Amino acid sequence: MDTILLTIDNKPVVVKKGITILEAASSTGVHIPTLCHMKLDDLNIENRPGGCRICVVEVEGRRNLAPACCTEVADGMVINSHSIRVINARQTVLELILSDHPADCLICAKSGKCDLQDMAHHLGIREIHYKGEQSTYREDTSPAIIRDVDKCIMCRRCEMMCNEVQTVGVLSAINRGFNAVVSPAFEMNLDHSVCTYCGQCVAVCPTGALTEVDQTAHVVRALSDSSKTVIVQTAPAVRAALGEEFDMDPGTLVTGKLAAALRRLGFDYVFDTDFAADLTIMEEGTEMLNRLSRFLEGDKSVKLPILTSCCPAWVKFFEHQFPQLKDIPSTARSPQQMFGSIAKTYFAEKMGIKREDLVVVSIMPCVAKKYECGRDEFKVNDNPDVDYAITTRELAGLIKLANINFSRLPNEEFDLPLGESTGAGVIFGTTGGVIEAAVRTAYELYTKKPLPKLDFNELRGMDGIRQATIDFGGFPLKIGIAHGLGNARKLLAKIESGESEFHAIEIMSCPGGCIGGGGQPYHHGNAEILKKRQMAIYQEDSNKKIRKSHENPYIIQLYEEFLGKPMSEKAHHLLHTQYFDRTSGSSH
Amino acid sequence: MTDYKIHLLICGGTGCKAAESDEIKKQLKHWIEEVGLEDEAQVVFTGCFGFCEKGPIVKVLPDNTFYVGVTPADAEDIVKEHLIKGRTVPRLLYKDPITNQQISDSKGMDFYKKQTRIALRNCGFINPESIDEYISRDGYAAMGKCLTEYSPEETIKEIKESGLRGRGGGGFPTGLKWEITRKSEADQKYVVCNADEGDPGAFMDRSILEGDPHSVIEAMAICGYCIGADKGLVYIRAEYPLAIERLKTALNQAREYGLLGDDILGTGFNFEIEIRLGAGAFVCGEETALIHSMEGLRGEPTFKPPFPSVSGYLGKPTNVNNVETFANIPVIINKGASWFNKIGTENSKGTKVFALAGKINNVGLIEVPMGTTLREVIYDIGGGIKDGKGFKSVQTGGPSGGCLTKDFLDTPIDYDNLLAAGSMMGSGGMIVMDEGDCMVGIAKFYLEFTLEESCGKCSPCRIGNKRLYEILEKITNGNGEEVDIERLKLLSNVIKDTSLCGLGQTSPNPVLSTILNFEDEYLAHVNEKKCPSGQCKALLKYDIIEDLCTGCTLCFRNCPVGAITGERRQPHYIDQLLCIKCGVCYEKCKFNAIKLS
Repeated sequence: MDTILLTIDNKPVVVKKGITILEAASSTGVHIPTLCHMKLDDLNIENRPGGCRICVVEVEGRRNLAPACCTEVADGMVINSHSIRVINARQTVLELILSDHPADCLICAKSGKCDLQDMAHHLGIREIHYKGEQSTYREDTSPAIIRDVDKCIMCRRCEMMCNEVQTVGVLSAINRGFNAVVSPAFEMNLDHSVCTYCGQCVAVCPTGALTEVDQTAHVVRALSDSSKTVIVQTAPAVRAALGEEFDMDPGTLVTGKLAAALRRLGFDYVFDTDFAADLTIMEEGTEMLNRLSRFLEGDKSVKLPILTSCCPAWVKFFEHQFPQLKDIPSTARSPQQMFGSIAKTYFAEKMGIKREDLVVVSIMPCVAKKYECGRDEFKVNDNPDVDYAITTRELAGLIKLANINFSRLPNEEFDLPLGESTGAGVIFGTTGGVIEAAVRTAYELYTKKPLPKLDFNELRGMDGIRQATIDFGGFPLKIGIAHGLGNARKLLAKIESGESEFHAIEIMSCPGGCIGGGGQPYHHGNAEILKKRQMAIYQEDSNKKIRKSHENPYIIQLYEEFLGKPMSEKAHHLLHTQYFDRTSGSSH
Repeated sequence: MTDYKIHLLICGGTGCKAAESDEIKKQLKHWIEEVGLEDEAQVVFTGCFGFCEKGPIVKVLPDNTFYVGVTPADAEDIVKEHLIKGRTVPRLLYKDPITNQQISDSKGMDFYKKQTRIALRNCGFINPESIDEYISRDGYAAMGKCLTEYSPEETIKEIKESGLRGRGGGGFPTGLKWEITRKSEADQKYVVCNADEGDPGAFMDRSILEGDPHSVIEAMAICGYCIGADKGLVYIRAEYPLAIERLKTALNQAREYGLLGDDILGTGFNFEIEIRLGAGAFVCGEETALIHSMEGLRGEPTFKPPFPSVSGYLGKPTNVNNVETFANIPVIINKGASWFNKIGTENSKGTKVFALAGKINNVGLIEVPMGTTLREVIYDIGGGIKDGKGFKSVQTGGPSGGCLTKDFLDTPIDYDNLLAAGSMMGSGGMIVMDEGDCMVGIAKFYLEFTLEESCGKCSPCRIGNKRLYEILEKITNGNGEEVDIERLKLLSNVIKDTSLCGLGQTSPNPVLSTILNFEDEYLAHVNEKKCPSGQCKALLKYDIIEDLCTGCTLCFRNCPVGAITGERRQPHYIDQLLCIKCGVCYEKCKFNAIKLS
């Protein structure tokens, strides 16, 4: 490895060639503050923005200060990261940014989690010497994301996620000079754009400029309405991240405490989306096998590969960008929607509760789920199957609001029947998990033999695009996996060009899958946290007594008592959906 | 210029066209036909003569008579008097402002005497729409020489030895840039001509493209040959329609003559040029921003390195040079580096084109050897300050430059001297201020420009310049405090120190240089709430001197806001709260009874 010698803050250090001053400093324990920079190496994206100018340092022999995030190290470079000149420059630049930022921190949705606020603290800003006009813009509210553009500091992290990582291309800088701001083209509203509501912009926004639509007040109102039965489902990825909101180490599993907290919040029944994930496997796995068998029998009308359809942002992405492929994804609804549908039919009937008196709340790692539960296909007489979807972060807020001492809660179980799940349901929370769960069930149904081993390590990992071939009793099943919509686009392009042939593909919109969802505790671009959450998910899976969806006794009971069999007419009606070509403009 | 005995050259630059030179051309033709001289005399549209102050200009060859301020109605006299009777038309001749003598030959005018025209050699001499005329003045000879006699390395060596530095503002050695781009290995390279001229008042690039487009085409091809590129792109702002038209015509002619395209002059060298239109953003003159704009991205700069010579247009090595830089190349090849590097100073060789503007008698486009003093430019060529007023300051380098005082008048102009003086060469804008100009207002004017033109990418430029402007506004509105001057300095230095590109790194220069050189004016605004030049309206006060006021009511009747009251034949009174300082009363009063303070 090529290394070079340089001096940072009077200390000689040896670093790799070709890295930035920021990386060099961080490798030697010198912290240089940044605002616009994100570490995206794990997503294979070189991020050298150089926009905010907070990370400037003094480099000997250079006329002006150098932005550490985009200046490459050179042999013999002498760097001073904290000279008076540097500190004065950083403070002045931050004062300038603050001079064009609303000072409503006390009531801002981002208060306490705001990078800008932290930076002002870190740099000891006590006065803004350069006051003047502040830019004001129209607020933009969509079903999932709110843009409070006055708070945009033009760091353009969201633009990086939207364009480079997700390749959705909704957010970019518009206008010039002082009026420059990040926005959809022509200052269009998000809900008129091709935005997928993946929420990765929200996940990286350093300020309160981009936040999820907060629905906690609706949930509180429902919980205090004695005429309603309020039930809750919680997605697999939530239990692997919620603890972070209560200062627990990333990767701490809080399944039992989560159930306890939800019960103390007053939910009448505390259920698990993992149950619905098992149900999804039954439907999607069966659909996959059907298509596969017909394909192998030579039926030319069958389209392969089958694509997963659990992720609402992914669904909206292909509806906008690849409508010609809308017949390929599985018609199976997402676990959230399967749960809602079963809750408001099977469960409601069983308990003798009228549909309109049953409120279904879901706790999701995702902001797109807010949009998904509002889609018309998932309503009966205008009553939605899922009434409110709140994020992991919103749930943490509710728990704090209700004075629940989360870390001291006992571990409790989910309620039955919709709270029982298998390890297969749990791994839905990470990239590769849905397809692994599907393989576990499809293999046994197809080969009629028990699986020799349950862990498919070939499907696991964090690479953006992965492929594997699974031996299905002599038949090589080709599987593709992509997480991050940019990777999904690449995979779809390969399918369209005929370059790659797959039988089944799993796609999740967010880097890492749901564990890295837009509604999760802020991980500030640190992929290490994602890896720890992923480990927790697989840990939960291996702890489960039952690890294959088709062995979930309550799933078996559901089919026996209510649905008949997978892909039955009733199942089709309640658990499957259709997709729309959204290229003509309307995104509803 | 073929069979005609008489040539009437008429300026076809944008400025003169705006002053009806099209109609003048039509009228000249009409009268030539009328008197039956159509086989003897031809009317030719040329590029800019440079002496815009006196435009439209008509030059009659062979006797070199230089008519100024011509109108369409003068065409008849020029034809009937000059062409038929052989008498010049005295009323259209240039009159020396000092000696009051009429000068008929442009060579005798001070405006031209001290100029050396290399980049502008053909402007005003040839028909820019005729490749033959360009060729008749050694056009494409340099390209031929390079392709057949010189290797790319030898050509680069020649350019390096000439000492030519980039004329777009940075002053980077041109030959070195070519060499670096040549050494960057890639399957495709590009030559880009930066014609995104954006300095307020500067129009040298436009004039060269309008007046001599082939010189740029030829130079780009030479550059392509040197760096190993077969593709050239001219990035030009869409608001230069005439330059674009002439360039298109020239490109087509060059293709027809086999001077562009495949296997040029049978040497196996291929070169093609495409035009890319910009939307006229100042920051797109910065090469990375320019390249992004050509790529269809937002026109904003990115961090260098990588420099375009390593990774430019579409990620390929790209050599970006300014129009004026290119226009020098063919001459350097034809006459040799040793000829070129004798002109100029130690580290700045050759000439520089300046657009003279502001309070100067001879507004126009000039080209002088490096090392000419500001005094020579302003007084000898520029004819001194307008209306006999005193010189106050000269701003070089456009909005990124600084304002220099009379102490610098004898400074020889070159890259290093201007930088040392606190200004810069820039692309060659030169705006002269007289004693009536308010320097705080001037700083504000330039900042308003950079404010508009900042791309908004980096925080110090986006917000810092806005805050600088606001402080200047506060001062010119009479609300400034002494601490504001200190803040201007502190903030200016941080903006310079932290901004991403040249725009932000230089935008505070007008502020800093005016504070440095004219601090007393700032202090007067701040402490005495007075604008010494009487330019800052908010600081003006109009009063009526009772003793002189006759009560004629003229001011009362003309005041647009009803701020003046008073009985007929009684002294009037101005209500300061209502007064908008428009100055109408001051102009109208016949008894000097309105006092301005």
